[in-house]
Amino acid sequence: MAERIPRQTMSEQNPLERIKNFNEVPLGFSTETAVIEAKRCIQCKNPNCVEGCPVNVNIPGFIKEAAEGNFLKAVEIIKGTNSLPAVCGRVCPQESQCEKLCILGKKFEPVAIGKLEGFVADYERKVEHLNPEKPECTGGRKVAVIGSGPAGLTVAGEMAKCGHGVTIFEALHSPGGVLVYGIPEFRLPKEIVHYEIDQLVKMGVEIIPNRVVGISESLDDILERFDAVFVGTGAGLPSFLNIPGENMQGVYSANEYLTRVNLMKAYQFPHYDTPVIKGKSIAVFGGGNVAMDSARVARRLDCNEVHLVYRRSRSEMPAREEEIHHAEEEGIIFDLLSNPVRFIGDEKGKLTGVECVRMELGEPDDSGRRRPVEVKGSEFVIYIDVAIIAIGNGPNPIVQKSSPGLETNKWGNIVADDETMKTSKKGVFAGGDIVSGAATVIEAMGAGRKAAAAINDYLATGEW
Amino acid sequence: MHLIHSNEIIADNIGKMVVEAEYTAMHRKAGQFVIIIIDEFGERVPLTIAGADKGAGTITLYYQIVGKSTSKLSMLKSGEYLKDVAGPLGHPTEVKKFGTVLCIGGGIGIAPVYPIASAMKEAGNRVSGIIGAREGGLLILENELSQVCDTLQVFTDNGSAGRKGFVTQGLSEILESEKIDLVVAVGPVPMMKAVSEITKEKNIKTFVSLNSVMVDGTGMCGGCRVTVGNETKFTCVDGPEFDAHLVNFDELLLRLNTYKDEESACFTEHKHKCRLDGVTKNG
Repeated sequence: MAERIPRQTMSEQNPLERIKNFNEVPLGFSTETAVIEAKRCIQCKNPNCVEGCPVNVNIPGFIKEAAEGNFLKAVEIIKGTNSLPAVCGRVCPQESQCEKLCILGKKFEPVAIGKLEGFVADYERKVEHLNPEKPECTGGRKVAVIGSGPAGLTVAGEMAKCGHGVTIFEALHSPGGVLVYGIPEFRLPKEIVHYEIDQLVKMGVEIIPNRVVGISESLDDILERFDAVFVGTGAGLPSFLNIPGENMQGVYSANEYLTRVNLMKAYQFPHYDTPVIKGKSIAVFGGGNVAMDSARVARRLDCNEVHLVYRRSRSEMPAREEEIHHAEEEGIIFDLLSNPVRFIGDEKGKLTGVECVRMELGEPDDSGRRRPVEVKGSEFVIYIDVAIIAIGNGPNPIVQKSSPGLETNKWGNIVADDETMKTSKKGVFAGGDIVSGAATVIEAMGAGRKAAAAINDYLATGEW
Repeated sequence: MHLIHSNEIIADNIGKMVVEAEYTAMHRKAGQFVIIIIDEFGERVPLTIAGADKGAGTITLYYQIVGKSTSKLSMLKSGEYLKDVAGPLGHPTEVKKFGTVLCIGGGIGIAPVYPIASAMKEAGNRVSGIIGAREGGLLILENELSQVCDTLQVFTDNGSAGRKGFVTQGLSEILESEKIDLVVAVGPVPMMKAVSEITKEKNIKTFVSLNSVMVDGTGMCGGCRVTVGNETKFTCVDGPEFDAHLVNFDELLLRLNTYKDEESACFTEHKHKCRLDGVTKNG
């Protein structure tokens, strides 16, 4: 009677404790709990969950092995289509993908697919190491990957498996893209990302850090040395609010704030050299995962008053429910239906506050969500010394600027075929946020898998 | 890891480092910069590339010791390494034949002016130079610039080298006596602002190279944003050079003070530690 066992919960660090550290919030399943949870899966013949996964992980397959305690086998099954299970187990929005479609969810709680994925991947990393897969075929061609985020890492892994020589060009000093500069340690320990990247290096992938393609070298220059190029440069161009006072000291883009803290380890300043302003009162603007990450980071930097200012209501927030819940538990103050109008500062240009206006929800807009409308005369001021703007990111423009032949859309995203990820430029493929606009880790990996398959075809046939 | 070929203090609190960075040396152009990371704890520090030796695969960097990072930098010896060098970054200077180009450098800003003056000379321009510093001990690259420039004027605030006064004095004098087609000015923000005010009045095209606070240097954080002609620009990818007459220097100056408190606390602690280390070593 599988369905009578309740969904196993994972214990978490107590909110009052965890706001004093950057350690991961969930504490992981024990082996016993993982097996109990895995046994809840009823092994559907036509599993809906697989359809809900952008990379179509064989979910019942890996869970069956996990239920029998064959954790290593379970990881191998996942790695057949998903090269970063420890990452995806943590940051995928399972509630709107695989778990949403789990049949058990109709009457009971869905199987904790994400938590199980994370568990078996952690088991592999911590207990028994899998050797990186040997090349399945010997392609022997040279593929360049620009950007080492989730899309680029996926392409690199798939190409290396096929025996092609892969070189990743990464602009920053440390590979991983958004996994290292954006997502905080308490949500995704960097040790995991470094491990996955080490696996790629063991498979023969070459990583050149500190290399910004598009400044000194164009795509054409890269194509002279490689048989195919994959562009996975992501959505890293921060949007600002375009309101008065935005360039005052203390106003950050979420990218800057998170990069300082996550990548440069400003939370350990002055042990590490990169500073970040530790505000006494901080406001984060936005309602997505990046806003939640920023607010929760601020809370961990000894700030007792962290506001999250969002112009719609809680139910329209694009962030994952789990992240919103964690933020609430950690004492983030939600100023909903509020929109910033201008920043206020002192004579030295230091931020002292933000004037906001109340909003109400009107008719639905293009996104289907009800459009927020200003309530006249409802202005109010929040006194803050740090503001973090987390209202989205546009595509990184550098590669496109250097490649006039590369077709882009009106937002500057690279145009690529939905199935093959081919761009308008022969030999150049693109995928992830640089094509789709800001989306999820797993969607970027899905695009990476499609691109890898198409690159293989192209390298074999030369047909475009 | 990037092998340091030499690192020496060449003026009061100003260091010159020659470090291996083959790709950067191969591709760099005048006006571009690198971001270096000293060690695993290091921050990302933007520095203009003052010169390069393609054959040796090295680049030359000048730095002023103003905080913990530059102090750490000054203590590195030849044979040691920088952890990272990223670059070249930013747009190169627009180098072509303008006619007469006046290059103005103030303090550590003389270092970025040198490669620009050299490139302008090579492009067939007549190049005049004006350099200035607080005092003679802070002047750098005077000999090198005098080789490149057709005329070179030197100013110090206290008259300990060259003439007593500011670079703007030299600028006004030159503008009285000859036709200048382009001014390039790099130095402290008040200097660039003063130069810009003078040339704007005379309607002479002027570029300045800005030294905003940066993190990634690739257009991803916006920390280096600056208002240029009422538009927000990122110094790292849209610059570092901008039309001086459009730059909001007052805002830039305020933004440069962002980490004053953090940095001074960090630097004080660092100096304290260095002294302690000294005691242990000597001890």
